[in-house]
Parts: sequence; C-alpha cells; structure tokens
Amino acid sequence: MAFVDVLGNSQLSGMDWLNAELSTGTTIMAAEYNGGVVIGADSRTTTGSYIANRVTDKLTRVTDHIYCCRSGSAADTQAIADIVNYHLEFQKVEMNEEPLVETAAKIFQELVYSYRSSLTAGIIVAGWDRRKGGQVYCVPLGGMCVREKITIGGSGSGFIYGFVDSGYKENMSKEECIKFVSKAVSLAMDRDGSSGGVIRIGVIDGKSPEIERRVICEDKFGSL
Amino acid sequence: MFEVSALHNFGFPANSLDLLGNNEFQTINDDPIGHFHTPITTATSVLGLAFDNGVILAADTLGSYGSLARFKNISRVLKVNKNIILGVGGDYADFQYLKELVNGKMIGEECLEDNVPLKPASLHCWLTRVLYQRRSKVDPLWNNVLIAGVQNKTPYLGFIDKLGTAVKDTVIATGFGAHIAVPLLRNGVQKKPNMNKQEAEELIVKCMEVLYYRDARSFNKYELGIITPDEVQIKGPISIKANWDISQYVSGYE
Amino acid sequence: MSSIGTGYDLSASQFSPDGRVFQVEYAQKAVENSGTAIALRGKDGVVFAVEKLVTSKLYEPGTNKRIFTIDRHVGMAVAGLIADARQLAENARSEAASYRSQYGNPIPLKYLNDRVSMYIHAYTLYSAVRPFGSSLILGTYDPDDGPQMYMIDPSGVSYGYFGCAIGKAKQAAKTEIEKVKLGDLTCQELVKEAARVIYLVHDELKDKHFELELSWVGKHTDGLHVKVPKNVQEEAEKSAKAALEEESDSEEDI
Repeated sequence: MAFVDVLGNSQLSGMDWLNAELSTGTTIMAAEYNGGVVIGADSRTTTGSYIANRVTDKLTRVTDHIYCCRSGSAADTQAIADIVNYHLEFQKVEMNEEPLVETAAKIFQELVYSYRSSLTAGIIVAGWDRRKGGQVYCVPLGGMCVREKITIGGSGSGFIYGFVDSGYKENMSKEECIKFVSKAVSLAMDRDGSSGGVIRIGVIDGKSPEIERRVICEDKFGSL
Repeated sequence: MFEVSALHNFGFPANSLDLLGNNEFQTINDDPIGHFHTPITTATSVLGLAFDNGVILAADTLGSYGSLARFKNISRVLKVNKNIILGVGGDYADFQYLKELVNGKMIGEECLEDNVPLKPASLHCWLTRVLYQRRSKVDPLWNNVLIAGVQNKTPYLGFIDKLGTAVKDTVIATGFGAHIAVPLLRNGVQKKPNMNKQEAEELIVKCMEVLYYRDARSFNKYELGIITPDEVQIKGPISIKANWDISQYVSGYE
Repeated sequence: MSSIGTGYDLSASQFSPDGRVFQVEYAQKAVENSGTAIALRGKDGVVFAVEKLVTSKLYEPGTNKRIFTIDRHVGMAVAGLIADARQLAENARSEAASYRSQYGNPIPLKYLNDRVSMYIHAYTLYSAVRPFGSSLILGTYDPDDGPQMYMIDPSGVSYGYFGCAIGKAKQAAKTEIEKVKLGDLTCQELVKEAARVIYLVHDELKDKHFELELSWVGKHTDGLHVKVPKNVQEEAEKSAKAALEEESDSEEDI
C-alpha cells in the first residue's frame, strides 16, 4: 500500500499492477449446438492494467469430454480446476465410466459455494456425455449452478448480452455455432479493456476422442 | 463485530445486492478468512396467500446479478411433498443449498415408508432452526422462505427470514412485495374474506403485475404454486400481460 | 460343514487349515434360515418379492418389513437376520445420500453395490466383529441403462443377476425362476410370476403363515422404487393361488 500513499491514486500512477492480483478479467462463453458444445475465450491475463500473459489458455481440461472456461482470479480458478480434475479422474476409475458434465458442474459448484467468501471464481462448465449430450452449466461468483443453452461470463460479457440474446439459435450447426461464439467474443474483446489477444475456440462432441481446438488471431476478426 | 441491525434489512434483500456498490469485494478484503458473505445472484419477492381450502404462492423466474437480469428462467417455487410447497427469495446459491437439504430430508422421510408425510408446520419449524443456526454462526443463509401447505384441513402459510424469524399469517409477501403486494393482498382479503382458489389466483396474478411495474428487480415471467387438500400444482412459467396504455396520456414532464 | 469348526470357527479373522472362514459360512447359514426373498429383472424394471414368515398370530400385520427403499430409485430385499439387514440398509442409504450431495445425481447401482459389498466384506476380516447374517438384493431402473440388479452375500461377494433368490427355499425358487423368460416380460407380468414363485416355495407344513411383500422399480414407476399397489398385489396373490391349485390338481392326475 506504500505506493498508493506516496504516488496518490495507484490507477493514475500506472503502478497498480504491483499490488493487483493476477486475474483473468475475461470474456468467456459456451453454447450448445446440435451435436455438442462450442466454448470460447479471449487470451488476456492482467494484473491491474498490465497484461501479464497475452496468449493465456482459459479453456481448461477437466476430463477429455468436459472443459471449463475460467474467469476471476487465475490462481483460484486454476486451483479449482485442478481439484475438480482430480475428483473426476478418481471417479472415472472408480466407476469405469466417463463422468457426467452435470457431475463436474456440481463439484465446481460445491467448491465455489463452500469457499465463496474467499474465492473469486466465475466458471463455465461445458462438455458432452452419453446421457444428456452437449451441456453447458454456469457457476458464477456466489456458487450457484444452472444449466443454460448458452452462457457468457467474465468482465467482457457485459458488453455482449444484447448480441448473444438476439443472435443465439438452438440447434445450430457446428460451423454456425463456432462463428457465432467467435463473433461474440471478438465484440467483447473490442470494448473490454480487460479482454483481448486471440480468440480460443474449443469444440466438444461425442464423436471425437478429444476437444477440437482453434485459434483466431486479430487479423481475422474483421471477417467474422 | 456483528450487529443484528446490519444484517436485518428485512424488506429489501436488493439493497445489499448492489454489485456495483462493490459490496462483496469489500467483504472479501475486509474479511480474508471468510465467514461472512453477501448475496450475489438474487431473486426478488415471493408472495403467499391463503384461500378457503388452500394456499397459493407466486415468485418470478429472474435471477439478478446486481441490476443485470442474468438468469431469466430459474425456478424457486418447489413441491416438497403432497402437503407442502416452498417459495424462496434472496441468494440463489443459498436457495440451491436449502433445496438440496430439504430434498435429502424428504428422501429420508420417504425411505421410512410409514405413510406419515411431513407436515408444513414441522418443516416450517425445522427450517427456522436451520436458518437460525446459520445466523448464529454469523453466516446466514441469505433467503426469505415461504412455507405453504394444508394441515388438519386448514391452509398453512409460514414465513422465515434469513435470521430465523418465523411468522405465520394468511397473507405474506417478502422483499419488495412486503411493501407493494401486502396492502393489495390485505385489501383483497378484506373485501372478500373467504376467497376460493380462482379468486385467490386472480388476486395474486394482479399483485405480480403491479410488482412488475414497480420492482426494478422483477420480471415478466413467474411461477405459481397452488396447494389444496386434493392436489399440488406448480404452474408456469406464466407471462405477465402488462398494460402500458397510460403511456399514451403522458408527454413531457409537467 | 461336517468337520464343524474344530477350533477354527471362533473368529472371522482366522482361516481353517483347508482355507475356509467358518464364521462367514455360519453367517450364510443364518441367511438360509430365513424366509425366501426373490427379485426378477425384466425388460422394463425389477420386481422384488419376499416371503415374510409370521411366527405368531399375536404380531401386528406389516411389521418387520424386509423390503427397503434405499434411495428414491433403489430397492432392496433382504434375507437373514433382520436387525443386521437394517444396519446394512442404513449404510446403503447414507452412501446413496452422500453420492447425491457430492455429485448431484442419483447413485449408480453398480457403485452402490461396490460400496455396500466393501462394507459387508470388512466385517469378515476382524476378530472383534461378527459378519452380517444377511444377504441383500439391490435393484434399480435407469432410463439409459435399463434395469439392474445385484445380490450380496455375507462374505461381501456380489454378482449381477437377471433373477435371484435368497433364503431357505432359494434352490426351489431358482429352479422356478429359471423357467421364466425374464428378459421378455414386463413388470406387470413379472409381479405375478414373483408372487407365484413365493407361494410355490412356501412350506406350509413347517412355516404356516406368511405375508407376501411385493415392490417394484421400473419404467412404469418413473424409476421410483415403490410398493406394488394394493389392487395389483391382490391380483397377483389371487393368480398365484390359482396357479398353485392347478399345479396340485395336475399332480394328483398322475
């Protein structure tokens, strides 16, 4: 806090990153389409206004067919994702079966809810399982958990609710859905200072053994 | 350290929800060990009205994130068994916790197979203990709960706030509804003391409409829970048919 | 078991020289002293039937039930010491409840079976405890995986079954069940078969009175384990008695 006292307003001094927590002030998103889910995120990690990582991967594996999109404190969300990954790997060998997306979401919720006063974590859980197919769950700050067809999160999401509400259609094709998610994330990155870099996209369906990943760089944003 | 008055903003859960007021971030910084939390995703009023042979509950389907209408289709009126329905407002994460708690209790009850279903007064009492114990740990479940049912052939309507204060009445509304809907409901009951189901439903629907006009955290879709000795019904989501005719008579501001 | 112990049967934690654990075998004997319990797995569910022996007319009807509900979707029929079985039911219930609260969905039967088997097996390992004198049949129905059924014996060994029988007339019951085309039949049909098998294997000379307990879990009950409705039970008992008459008539003809 000494910096703040000497230099006055830390924002203006440009030195706020010295005290700020490493956080993914982010745009993240997930949407169901007719064969699975598409997840998307920007790639910016900031400490205050300093970009600590410009090529972050916020699409984090929990099992082969379940991923999460992380927003909030980088340390908190990584720790949570690791714990959920541990639980699900354990469950997988115990049950001899791929875990359900619902189960993953519930474990995320349990952690975020139990430690809600000491965590800063807004997480989207998305994936595919043989029972309910492609699914998206939203686990925001307070530790609630709801299934949604499409969900957005992070600081950038506030700028694109209108776009997402008016543009999302159920049962899109895969490419249609990828295009929609990319466009939405790019719009948020455009207006949110805490979001930026490249767009990372992931596609999870029941057919391929693992996630299909794409990276969209700045030069392609215009043609989205 | 802990003041009842600070916690006890009885009528307006929405007051302490303002995310933009940085409430929860302050809490996190002030209290890094963390045994105190503020609501994040919140739901507004719940209305309850007893009629001649049953009770009706109403609550909209909105989950607010500060002033952001974040979740538009979440349910918070639920059937517990053939005797009881619940309507819950306040923090939605805490509601989900409560719901699991009640669900677990009901599975335990059902396993007994004794054909003695839990009664509304018992659940009201039990939930009051749960909420009061949490407030006594200075970690309240940030909810208002309405318990509705039929017991000994008479309608039962109970209320609990987040401190574990229990109330019984024939007309109860939480949150903004306590200010706006209660006068309307009481007025309706005074005019027609022994309403039937249909009349009660019409009155409740009217209140939901008025709340939609005047509560900035309300929504135009809601669910109704209706319980009578014969059946339990969760209806909805129902859309409010809003009337904006008066806008035609206004232009300018004087 | 002709060698009878010879000093190696005093503890569950000691093998006999020929590799047996007598305490476990005695526990299995305890199961074989009890009334028969069977379960049939058809194409759309599992049906449980228990021959509950009533040793005195002074007992209230319907006490000491031997079919339990473990969770909404899991049923359990037992044979052997009823008090032991109740402890196992409690254990199974807490496993099911903890799975629900940890993972947010109903416990898969395969997993529940593993956990309960482990628990039972643990009681065959120590000198300070006695093995459980009961066998259990667990059954469920799942929309994706269909009906499932397991039987666990006092040693903690379990198998998945299409039809199984435990208790004093298990051999006769198994022979009878093997004649039924289990995979083709619905619960409605199986409940009659189940009642018939229990009536058939009941030894009227030795045991006189019994109550038939029937329950099922299947597609038609929405995956919930419930008692068979009164009218269906009466129908099943009626047709079981009729089938029994027919059988004894044809025997006389020979």
